[in-house]
Order: sequence, then structure tokens, then C-alpha cells
Amino acid sequence: MARITLVSGLLAGLAIVSLDAVPARAAEEGHVVDYAFSFEGPFGTFDQAQLQRGLQVYTEVCSACHGLKFVPYRELAEHGGPALSEEQMRAYAAMHEVTDADTGESRPATPSDHFATSADPNAPDLSLMAKARHGFEGPSGLLINQLLHGIGGPEYIATLLHSFTGEERSEAGATLYENTAFPGGWISMPPPLGADQVTYADGTPATVEQMSQDVAAFLMWTAEPRMMTRKAAGLTAVLFLIVLTSLLWFTNKKLWKPYKEHA
Amino acid sequence: MSGIPHDHYEPKTSGEKWVESRLPVLGLLHSTLFIPTPRNLNWMWIWGIVLAFCLVMQIATGVVLVMHYNPSVSGAFASVEHIMRDVNAGWALRYVHANGASLFFFAVYCHIFRGIFYGSYKAPREITWIVGMLIFFLMMATAFMGYVLPWGQMSFWGATVITGFFSAIPLVGTSIQTWLLGGPAVDNPTLNRFFSLHYLLPFVIAGLVAVHIWAFHTTGNNNPTGVEVRRGSKAEAERDTLPFWPYFVIKDLFALVFVLVIFAAIVGFMPNFLGHPDNYVEANPLKTPAHIVPEWYFLPYYAMLRAITFDIFFINSKLAGVLAMFGSIAVLLLLPWLDTSRVRSGRYRPMFKVWFWLLVADFVMLMWCGSQPPEQPFVIMSQLGTFYWFAFFLVILPILGVVEKPLTPPDTIEADFRAHYGGDGIGRATASHPAE
Repeated sequence: MARITLVSGLLAGLAIVSLDAVPARAAEEGHVVDYAFSFEGPFGTFDQAQLQRGLQVYTEVCSACHGLKFVPYRELAEHGGPALSEEQMRAYAAMHEVTDADTGESRPATPSDHFATSADPNAPDLSLMAKARHGFEGPSGLLINQLLHGIGGPEYIATLLHSFTGEERSEAGATLYENTAFPGGWISMPPPLGADQVTYADGTPATVEQMSQDVAAFLMWTAEPRMMTRKAAGLTAVLFLIVLTSLLWFTNKKLWKPYKEHA
Repeated sequence: MSGIPHDHYEPKTSGEKWVESRLPVLGLLHSTLFIPTPRNLNWMWIWGIVLAFCLVMQIATGVVLVMHYNPSVSGAFASVEHIMRDVNAGWALRYVHANGASLFFFAVYCHIFRGIFYGSYKAPREITWIVGMLIFFLMMATAFMGYVLPWGQMSFWGATVITGFFSAIPLVGTSIQTWLLGGPAVDNPTLNRFFSLHYLLPFVIAGLVAVHIWAFHTTGNNNPTGVEVRRGSKAEAERDTLPFWPYFVIKDLFALVFVLVIFAAIVGFMPNFLGHPDNYVEANPLKTPAHIVPEWYFLPYYAMLRAITFDIFFINSKLAGVLAMFGSIAVLLLLPWLDTSRVRSGRYRPMFKVWFWLLVADFVMLMWCGSQPPEQPFVIMSQLGTFYWFAFFLVILPILGVVEKPLTPPDTIEADFRAHYGGDGIGRATASHPAE
């Protein structure tokens, strides 16, 4: 009896403290919108048109400060990405100047060159940003919502880009901008996007939310360019292993049958 | 090899005789493959095969990853991205290797708790248990050093925090820390030595695995009843056992592939779920992450480390925390002598069962606490959890053996097996057994 009381006491204690823990966490992390991106889930794929729009937003807006140092230009023509044509990709690369590692001289970039590093030393490189941030971690830090919605990196980026309140304040000589998605609430990046800042070739209206989602999807691709290959391989592996494990199940059953009457 | 009576290998062809008289490797293979195995082993006896597979998988993927990896603070992070983007199937190698560590630890925890529940550590299997614990300890060292190699933020700060523990040792602590790091702080020398040891230790583990298997092949497997195989005669032993091949090989392979279905789904569909986003940010010694957390499999010990927020007599809280963390594993080494019960299997120990499941719950709760910031209520939960962890091993187990009235286990493994499955015992078995 004493033992049961102890156990139930512990469990009741756990229930109380876990309820208590939730609000504290929610306040610390910013609010992140759970967008339904096309690449979510085991069968999700990148939307080629969206990646191309995201590339445009990155090129015309983000790249003023941020870099993509791990991404080579040739990736833009790979299957499973923005899939530019070979000529488009070469033309895109040639628009950018790089310093040749051998000669030390400036020349137009070739497909094997990487995107530039950040132009502003305080702006983080964006190659891996979609994997370096999480949008979801609840309930109570157990990450169970990540199982349902994904880790939330692209959602975080998309939400951040349209969550400026317009408030500013100065701190130690720098201007900070209030942003409801940013942990802590104040970010040193000024609001980068305004309505119709870019003109999409496919006619999609360039709202701030649209551009935010497009560039977030593009950054998911730069962080994980092999995602579609990976999911396809994963699906093949899972199906193959299910067949193999089923065959082994029946083999095992047959093998043990002489020894088991009721099993 | 085992003390259970069984058929021994007889070389038949002249070729076999030639080899066997010079190196008895065929006999060794035969006795390993056909070892008599208790026929009542349940599904918790499959983790050994999963673990063996994990070790091979980690070494195989690791050897290839090393071919493309650059162990320097300026090049490590970029070389991992090179593997992810430029190396053929490099993403697969890295994700399998990174998630393979998680599978490895998941399996080892199942394996260890299986051992605790069924009393697999009790005489005469103490050496198997202790060697197993050494393997577990080396696994933790290997995993910790491996996590530093990608040189992300968590790699760097995790290494800084963990090696910082050593500075808690009185007098020589700081010197030991400097010696481990190869300098005053985590830097290029640290990365180089961790890389070297991360490559070395798996082979030490492989050697210890051979000893682990040798030891339990000498004593024979434990089984869910904890009752020993009868050894009076070969016929008697055969009523309790079946040869490892094919009966347990096929069963284990089924279980292994079943586990791999889930593993493949994680690697294919959510390979970063078990990692930390901060490790996709390159290490920056000037910027401390908001929360430094280790990998999930270290969280219970991390919780125990942080649980000690108070001085214990003359031991300051930092050193006491370190002692609690290492002590939580050290008590496992003493387990064979802390358990005083004359009944081996927890199946026949009504009180032990309750405390055992509470220990499992405690482990999971500590894991959660370790992932949370060091604030209330997690501090008090970690303290209660740490208290119970030590109380289970040092107080409850020794006392239980005295006060508990265990149920009576079945007389033989055969009786247990037939109670579950019926069957006509050995009769039809010998007829259909391909090896005989």
C-alpha cells in the first residue's frame, strides 16, 4: 500500500510540474506559422516554380547582405532543385564575379564556383539556415510536434520575414527591429521585404507572405539539395525491407512450427 | 565452447582435416553457429544482433566518411557539407552514420534493461555483464567524440562543457583538462585527437564484443525464466535448447530487418529529427548557444550532472555533479553483487517488477529533464530522479533480495516453453532439423 501511494504521488507530482512548464517555454520562443510546404512529409517534393521564385527573391533581396557559401552554381541545374536549364544556370553564374583562387584575379563565375559569402559580415550565411533553426519543439520540449509538422526551419524563416511590427529601438549604437517570430523579440535585420519588391515572371502576386514562403522553400533546398533523392531512396529502402521482413517472418514461423503447437 | 552438452565438430573431408589440424577455426565457427540456445528466448533477446549490426554499420560508413572528411577547425564543417553535397551518396553515408549512433544507443538501452529485468548479470554471467558495461562506456566515449567532428556549435560547446567536468577534480583537474584538450580550450588539437580516438575506439569495442560473446557462450545464454539449461546429458540439454543456426539466426534476422524498416524511415524521411539545429551552425568560440544540450542518449546522465546544485560536505556541487554522473554508470558495474535475490528472473519477483519499471520511467524522466533548461521544476525532478536511480541500485535491490517472497520459477526451460507453446518436445524437432 505504501508503495502504491509513493508511485501515485510521484506521478501526480509529475503531472503538476509538466503543466506548469508549458507557458514559460511558449513565451520564450516566438510564434511560428505552420505553413503547408510542398516538400513536407515522406512524399513531399520541392515545387520547382516556387524554388525559382525563391531564387529570384534571394538574388534580388537577400544576397545584398547574406551569402550561400556552400552552394555551387551548378546545383541550380540539378534535378530535384530549381532545375534551371544548363544555359540559364551558366548565365546566372556568369552574372556574378568571383576571385579566382589560383590567379587571385576577378572573373565571372563558372558552374563549379560557389555562391558568394555574406556581403555584410554580420549577416549569417544562409546555405544551411533552414536546418539550423527550429520552428516547433513542443509540447514541453518533447519535440512530439516535430513528428507531425517537421522541425520547422522553413516555417521559421517564412514567419520571421513577415513578422515585423514596425517598432524600432536603439541599443548600443545599433538599431533593433521588433519581430514576433524572433526569439527575444528584437532582431538587428531591418524588414527586408515590401509588397511587390520583386516582379515574378510567372505572374504570381509578390505579396510579402508569398515572397517569404518562396525564399524559405528555396533555402530549404539550399540546405538539403538531395532531399528528393533521399526520400525516393528512403521509400525504396522501406518497401524493400518490409518485403524482406515479411518473408523472414514466414520463414521463422515455418521453422519453429514443429516446436509450437499453439502459436 | 559452451558447457552445454552438444555435438562437436568432426572434420570429414581431407581439406577440412588439413585446416582443422593447423588452425581449429572450423570447429570454432561450428560451435559458435550451432551453440545450444534456450528455446524460450523472447523478443527482448534480439538486441544483441541489432547491436552487432550497428557496430559493423558504423565502422563501414565511418571508414568511407573519413575518406572525405577534413579534421581541422577551418575545414571540418565545410568537409561535412562537401560530403552532403558532392560525394556520391554522401548524404546517405552521413545520415546513416549519425542516426546509426541513435539506433546503437536505443538498442543498447533495450539490451541493458533486458539484462537488468531478467537478472542476466547474476552468477555465473558477471564477466559478460562487466565486459558489456565496458563496451557501453566506450560507446559513450566514441559517440561523444564523434559528435565533435562536424564542428558545429553543439559539437564545440558540448565538448567545452563535457571536458570542463574534469577541471572539477581537485588539484590535478585543470592539468587533466589541458592534457585532454591539447591546450587551454577546445581547438584544433582537440579536434585532431578526438578524430584519432573516434576511429580507434570502435575497433577496441569490436574486440570487447568478441570477449562478451565468448563469455556468454561459455556460460550459455540466460533466458526469461532465469532457469539454467539442464546439462546432465545431451538428450536432456536438447529438450531445453535449439541450435543457434537456423532457429535464432532467422528469428534475429527477422527482428533486425523489422528494426531497420523504422531506421530506414527515419533516415529517409526525417534524418535531422534526432539532431540539434545548432549543429548546422559552424562552431564559433565567441558565441555560446542559448541552451547547450547533448545528444538524446546522454540526457539522463546530463540531468544527473546538473541535479547536484548543492555542496555535499566538503565536496563542492560541481565535483559532486561529476561524481553523480560517473557514479550512475559505476553502480551498474557493481550490479551483480548488489542484487541479493536468489531468484534470477524478474518474471518471478513481484516487488522487483514494480521497482524495475519505476527505474525505466525514472530513466525516461531524467532524459526529459536533461533536455530542458536548468530551472524549476526540472531541477527538483532531476534531483528526485537521481535519488531514485542510486536508491534502486544501492538500497532497494540489496533489501529486496531479503524481504521479497519470489514466486517459484518452472523447473526447466522445457516446461516453460511447453506451457507457452505446447508442442511435442523434441520428437519432431530432430527429424526436421537440417544440421542433424
